[in-house]
Amino acid sequence: MSVSATAAPGAAARLRRGLLQGLPLGPAVVLLAVFLAGPILYCLYSAFTDMALTGASGAHFVGFDNFRKAFSSVEFRQSLLYTLIFTILSAVIGQNILGMVLALLMRSGTAWVRAVVSAIVIGAWVMPEVVAGYLWSAFLGDDGSLNRFLGLLSLPAQDWLFSIPILAVSLANIWRGTAFSMLVYSAALSEVPKEIEESATMDGAGTAQRLWSVTLPMIRRSITTNLMLITLQTLSVFGLIWTMTRGGPSNRSETLPLFAYQQAFQLSQLGYGTALALVLLAIGAVFSLVYLKALRLEDHR
Amino acid sequence: MSSLLTAHASRRLVDKVLVDLALLVVAAGFVVPLLWLLLGAFNARAGLAVTWPHPWTLHNFHAILTFETTYRPMLNGAILCGGGTLLTVVASVLAAYPLSRYQFRAKRPFLLTILFATGLPITAIMVPVYGMFVQVNLIDTLTGTILFMATTALPISIWLTKNFMDGVPLELEQAAWTDGASVMQGLRSIVLPLMWPGLSVVTIYTFIGLWGNFFVPFVLLSSNDRLPASVSIYTFFGQYGQVVYGQLAAYSMLYSLPAVLLYLLLSRRLGGAFSFGGAVKG
Repeated sequence: MSVSATAAPGAAARLRRGLLQGLPLGPAVVLLAVFLAGPILYCLYSAFTDMALTGASGAHFVGFDNFRKAFSSVEFRQSLLYTLIFTILSAVIGQNILGMVLALLMRSGTAWVRAVVSAIVIGAWVMPEVVAGYLWSAFLGDDGSLNRFLGLLSLPAQDWLFSIPILAVSLANIWRGTAFSMLVYSAALSEVPKEIEESATMDGAGTAQRLWSVTLPMIRRSITTNLMLITLQTLSVFGLIWTMTRGGPSNRSETLPLFAYQQAFQLSQLGYGTALALVLLAIGAVFSLVYLKALRLEDHR
Repeated sequence: MSSLLTAHASRRLVDKVLVDLALLVVAAGFVVPLLWLLLGAFNARAGLAVTWPHPWTLHNFHAILTFETTYRPMLNGAILCGGGTLLTVVASVLAAYPLSRYQFRAKRPFLLTILFATGLPITAIMVPVYGMFVQVNLIDTLTGTILFMATTALPISIWLTKNFMDGVPLELEQAAWTDGASVMQGLRSIVLPLMWPGLSVVTIYTFIGLWGNFFVPFVLLSSNDRLPASVSIYTFFGQYGQVVYGQLAAYSMLYSLPAVLLYLLLSRRLGGAFSFGGAVKG
């Protein structure tokens, strides 16, 4: 009895102190719960209804109908394919490799060249995405600079935004996003000890061999992290594609975000649009978990 | 022996020149699309293709510098992004303090959740957010949009702020406490001044991100007089049948300027761009 009497106030005081210490977390937790967890839960609910954009009162539970409709629709499967092409072409191949090449070259470039190049590449990154969209529309358009240039070389001109829209938006995304990979890889490479690379050269390794078997393995973790981050960023690109092609022509650059937007807002099928958004969210969640896993591995080593 | 050395040195020189050339070629590729913006804005007869301004003019800027076309969207953008950034930074600093200074059981799961949330594609939740905002009457309000924008920036901002705060040694604070300062006083007068460079990275990074954001205000706001610069630029195409490209370029330039200037400030303050990569790497 006496034991619990002394223990109780101690526990209460500890609880009070714990709450007081945790108090500063309040504003952030409230914001995240209301405006991030809230919409995700709402998404989970409305994806299973036939909610329309206009009368929200007439929402009925429809089970997996929206998902069945999605996976049996050609348009949806097409948008998944375009999302995949866009992500691989612009993030995994374009931004990732170009960023790595730039970071590697930067190490042995002259100081002023390095300064100029990084200012320009980062400048492209800082540009708002809508402006980047217009720049590239102007560059690739029918009367655009690229066609003028091809004309000078007597090569056939074409409306790139019309003939291969997915390549056009991918190029724009490479232009806009390469700086991120370049910065991540530059930071990673700066931590690779020079002695290790030098001793590999002493042992007679060529440049390519040294890169492949010494340098790249040492920054392996940064490569994984970067790949996950740029994939996630690319999955949620909307404004860039919207300003350049609006997903067209005839949906040939319509990635999942644009498809969901169109179904929800232009065709007023909020329930269906939400179900599509949930698919995108699930794909994003998987990549985000892989990213977490990659970061956690480091803790154990 | 000496000829071998000079051969080696000249090979190194050739290598260096080749590397510089390769870098400059890539940079040229990045500059070409930008030229349209820089030259078109000053060109009286700008079209889609890049041409040398003929004649040079400031007319494009005169034409767009009106309340409706430029000043109001910029002001709205400043209110939205300024408000969102302020809210994000204050909430992040408060949240980072217990995460950096105390040990508690929920800390690791909380941090993992935050890190997980930094990866979630915000684009995906815009449809449900719209539905939710309609039901609670937050749709087409600046307040609702600010609150949501702040939340989207919060996970990465908390993460970065916590890492920067970890770099401030606890001993200095403890000395202040023995002098009778409260925890919050210690945070304000000891911790914040010492992590000022890190905090400015978070602030500017958040602001640039929100300033460039198109989709969130595009979905959540609809009244013309509330649209920020990122969305109203888009009316250049819809409203008038014929697009005046010179004016579009001039407007794009003005709209991009705050982001570019803030970035320059950031890189100057931190001495080079690469600290940014380190910060992002986490």
